Amino acid sequence: MDSSAAIEFQHVSYHADQGEAILHDLNLAIQRGETLVLLGRSGSGKTTTLKLINHLLTPTSGEIRVAGRALAEWDVIRLRRMIGYVIQEVGLFPHFTIEKNIGLVPKIENWPQDRIRRRVEELLHLVGLDPQIATRFPRELSGGQRQRVGVARALAADPPILLMDEPFGALDPLTRAQLQREFLALEARLGKTVVFVTHDLNEALLVGTRIALLEAGRLVILTTREEFLRSREPLAIAYRNAFSPDFSGKRDGV
Amino acid sequence: MNLWQFILENHAEVTQLTLEHIWLVGVSTLLAVAIGMPLGILLTRCPALRRPVLGSANVIQTIPSLALFGFLLPAPWIGARADRLAILALMLYALLPLIRNTYAGIQSVDPSVLEAGRGMGLTNRQLLFQVELPLALGVIIAGIRVATVLSVGLATIAAAVGAGGLGEYIFRGLAMVNNTVILAGALPAAALALLADAGFGWLEKRLRPQDARRTSYASPS
Repeated sequence: MDSSAAIEFQHVSYHADQGEAILHDLNLAIQRGETLVLLGRSGSGKTTTLKLINHLLTPTSGEIRVAGRALAEWDVIRLRRMIGYVIQEVGLFPHFTIEKNIGLVPKIENWPQDRIRRRVEELLHLVGLDPQIATRFPRELSGGQRQRVGVARALAADPPILLMDEPFGALDPLTRAQLQREFLALEARLGKTVVFVTHDLNEALLVGTRIALLEAGRLVILTTREEFLRSREPLAIAYRNAFSPDFSGKRDGV
Repeated sequence: MNLWQFILENHAEVTQLTLEHIWLVGVSTLLAVAIGMPLGILLTRCPALRRPVLGSANVIQTIPSLALFGFLLPAPWIGARADRLAILALMLYALLPLIRNTYAGIQSVDPSVLEAGRGMGLTNRQLLFQVELPLALGVIIAGIRVATVLSVGLATIAAAVGAGGLGEYIFRGLAMVNNTVILAGALPAAALALLADAGFGWLEKRLRPQDARRTSYASPS
């Protein structure tokens, strides 16, 4: 067993309630400190894979180990508090101020009040927001600002693992590009283990150290991004073709 | 004799009956909140209970009020005192709006908010008290508002079983064929209903979380 793996999937399958299989026999080891991208189209099982890690879903068979321990050995609540979770819809608590949103887990973990306050301020700086907005409510923020708060909230208790489910998918292209760059800088600084779900090859190549390509609940290939660009795997080729204007250098007309 | 004169001359009795009325409505609504809210929360956790519970509460609503008072009359302990009986009957009527609104309020919470909350490691209890209930509060208050206004009207029937309240005047006036006496019961009851409606309406607006402290960010600190 690989001791440096932060998260390991061993023969994991997941079936929905109606019995249809969503994941088939997934084997995957995510290294400490890497950003693994789960790439695939809708319904390929990438979000399911993510939710299995923080136990929002329970595998039908197989074993998932986080930090070397099987999920069954974890207290689910403890496990989730050491895994930051960022989703496309952000899911900020609309009745809490930004400060309370970010500080909720530290508060539940009984941090002293002034330490929470300092942490919130530090995190707002980290994600490029003016600490002045701490007293605002989520509805008063733009989509990009809300997602920054979502990232800050996920980082609040300094979890070693970060799960991101199409975090920038709902943003306009300019804001998305900016947040992607900032994410890279942040990741270089913090060195978290990140599992990042996207259907966008550009994003995958930008943020990922490795790419796991999923299709219909199966892992097709797991490669570094350089290998992905050279891969002869038909699905990888199909992805490259779909996004080709950005890689081939040829741009007809424009 | 006009209405105003009647009320002035009988002001002690009017006050007494109004207080009785408020007592009947207040206690029954409080009981309905104490039973209906947990039931509504339970329905969000056990979907299988939804149909039977909401169905029963619906059926209760369809029983004519006078008949319900009559049904409860032979019940032990309850039937022994008219105000107990009236409170139980009013409570049963108030249950449906409370169960339904608690359930609907919690169901209406954005699923992504719950997913984020669960994903960051909130326990079910923390999720309920910190997220679901605060966000559902406006809808729940709306249910209390409906229940209260409904009860103020229904409580006039309680006088038929001798539970007192402003219905006393209505029944007395009907027996005497005296419109003034009927109005002496009906008008204060209508005023109570409007007051309850306005009061809870105000509370509902204030407690709706999206509107809470809207001005707090306006002034730069």
